[in-house]
Amino acid sequence: MAEIRNYTLNFGPQHPAAHGVLRLILEMDGEVVQRADPHIGLLHRGTEKLAERRAFNQNIGYLTRMDYVSMVANEHPYVLAVERLLGIEPPLRAQYIRVMFDEISRILNHLFFLGTHGLDLGAMTMFLYTFREREDLFDCYEAVSGARMHTHYYRPGGVYRDLPDQMPQHQLSPWTSQKDIDRLNANRGGSLLDFLWDFTERFPACVDEYETLLTENRIWKQRTVGIAVVSPERAVQLGFTGAMLRGSGVEWDLRKKQPYAVYDRLDFDIPVGINGDCYDRYLVRVEELRQSNRIIRQCIDWLRRNPGPVMVDDRKVAPPTREAMKQDMESLIHHFKLFSEGYSVPEGEIYVAVEHPKGEMGVYLISDGANKPYRFRTRTAGFAHLAAMNELVRGHMLSDVVSVVGTIDIVFGEIDR
Amino acid sequence: MNRLGLAERLRNHFEGVYTACVQDREQFILTVPSERLLEVAQQLRDEPDLRFDMLVDLCGVDYLTYGEGSWQGERFAVVYQLLSLAHNERVRVKVFVEGDPPIVDSVVDLWESSNWYEREVFDLYGILFEGHPDLRRILTDYGFVGHPLRKDFPVSGHVEMRYDAQRGRVVYQPVSIEPREHPPRVIRRDNRYEGKDLGGRR
Repeated sequence: MAEIRNYTLNFGPQHPAAHGVLRLILEMDGEVVQRADPHIGLLHRGTEKLAERRAFNQNIGYLTRMDYVSMVANEHPYVLAVERLLGIEPPLRAQYIRVMFDEISRILNHLFFLGTHGLDLGAMTMFLYTFREREDLFDCYEAVSGARMHTHYYRPGGVYRDLPDQMPQHQLSPWTSQKDIDRLNANRGGSLLDFLWDFTERFPACVDEYETLLTENRIWKQRTVGIAVVSPERAVQLGFTGAMLRGSGVEWDLRKKQPYAVYDRLDFDIPVGINGDCYDRYLVRVEELRQSNRIIRQCIDWLRRNPGPVMVDDRKVAPPTREAMKQDMESLIHHFKLFSEGYSVPEGEIYVAVEHPKGEMGVYLISDGANKPYRFRTRTAGFAHLAAMNELVRGHMLSDVVSVVGTIDIVFGEIDR
Repeated sequence: MNRLGLAERLRNHFEGVYTACVQDREQFILTVPSERLLEVAQQLRDEPDLRFDMLVDLCGVDYLTYGEGSWQGERFAVVYQLLSLAHNERVRVKVFVEGDPPIVDSVVDLWESSNWYEREVFDLYGILFEGHPDLRRILTDYGFVGHPLRKDFPVSGHVEMRYDAQRGRVVYQPVSIEPREHPPRVIRRDNRYEGKDLGGRR
C-alpha cells in the first residue's frame, strides 16, 4: 500500500477561529503545516469602485466600514487626503477630537484583539472582560455621532459636530430596575469628557486585570512564545507595519516619525518587541493600550480648556448652520449644493498614511477636478500581513495557525475592501 | 543625515532615465518608462542615500475617462508607494503600461510584499506582471470574468446570481438593474485654485 504523506486541509471560511471569512488551504504533513494558501475576497464589496461614483463626503461611510473593529480611525487618512488636496486646515480643536477618537479606536481595536485572541487560544474570560470595556467606548461613539459603530464623524474640514455637553443616560424600562439604572448612570452625570475621564481613571486597572490573566499564564505562553517569529529584516521586506513591525523590534510609528494632526504635541511612548513572536506582539499591543489611555487623558485636558470651532468656516466644504439656512438664501444654496453635488477638488494626486491600530493605513486619491475621486485606493495593513501567512505558519502545528490568525489581528473588512 | 534634498538625489541617480520627476504637495512622484522599471527599483532599494526598503503599496490606475476623456497618453499606470525607514522618506513611482494586454515587470524579487499587490492589480485591472511566481485572481469570485476596476466595467457588473428553484441550484444570469449615477459627475473649475501650481498632469 502506498504511503500517503502530505494531504490538503481546508480551513474556513466558516470557522470560528477564521475571524470572519478567511479560507486557508493548508498542505499538511501529519500535524505540521507545509504550505498555506489563503483565499481571500469572500467579503469583497468593491469599495474602491463604488467610491469613484460618490461625491467626496459620501465616501466617508465606506471608509468607516473598512476595518469594522476600529471604525472611526479609518476615516482619518481619507479626510486628511481630501483636506490636503483642497488645501484646507481643520481647526485645532477638531484635530484634538480626531486624535482622541483615533486613540479610542485603538483601544477598541486592541481590546477586540485581546478578547478574540484569548478566545481562540482558550482564555474565554478575556472576551467577557474586554467587551465590558468596549461597551463604554461604544457609548462615546454613540454620544458624539448617534451611531455605536459606523460613525461617519470626521469630515474634510473638521468633525461633524462638537462633543456633547450631556452624556446620554440609560432610561428605565420594564426589564431593568431603578437600582440597575442608577448604577449604570452613576458616571454619566456630566459631559462626554467627564465620562471619558472616568473611563481613563479605571482603565489602567482593567489592563492590569487582563495581564494577570495572560502575561504570566503558562498555557498562554506555550501557545504564543516562539510562534511565528519574524526578524526585523523580514518584517520590512514583507511590508509589515504597526504592531507587527514593532513586535519585531523596529521602532517605527507614524505618529512619531511622520506626525499628523496634533500627535507632535502629545507625550507618549512607542513600545517595541524583542523576539518578534506572537507573545511580543501581544505585549506591544497591551502596552499600546496604556499609551493610548495616556494620550486620551492629555486630549481631554486640552479639550476642556480650549472651546472653539470644530469645522472650517468655508461654505464650499462645510454646511451652514440651520439658523442661517432659514434666513439666508445663499446659505440655503450652499447647503443644497453641498449635500447634492458636493464640492469639486482641484486636480492632483495625494497619498496620506496614518498609524491605524493595525498598522499603516493609507489613502491614495487621484482627482481630475470633479466632485468625485477619479481613483480612490486604500492601503490597509491587514492585506500585507495576511500575504505573509504562508511564511508565518510554515513548519508550525495546525493549532498554531490559530495563534497566527489571532496575532495578525485580521479583519476582513479591510483586507477584502 | 542627508545634505541633499530628495529631489536632488533622485535627479542625480535617475537623470535621463525618468520621464518626469515632480514634487506635488511635498510628495515626490517619479515617472519611469516601463522598460527601465526594474533598474530604477533596484537602485531605489539599494543605493545608500535612497534605501527605499519597504514597498508600502502598489496599485493600478485606469486613465480611460480622466478629465471627461481629455487624457493623452497610456491608459494604464501602476503606482508604487515606497518608504525608506532609514531616511524617513517616501517616494511614489509611476509606470505607464503599454500593450494589450498591458505587461510590466514584476518587482517581487525586490520587495516580497508586492506579491499579493500584483495579484490584486492583475485581478482588478488585467495588467500582467512578467516574472510573478503565482499570478492568480485574488479578490474576485472563483470563475469571475472581467476586470472590475477598469473604467469600462459597469458598477452593477455583467452577471447576477440567483437561486433557480426548478433546477435546484444557483444560476448566473445577465443583470436586471439599470446602472444609475447620483449625483452626476461634474468638473468645476474653482477660481480659488486657478493659477496655483497643483501639479496634476504629467
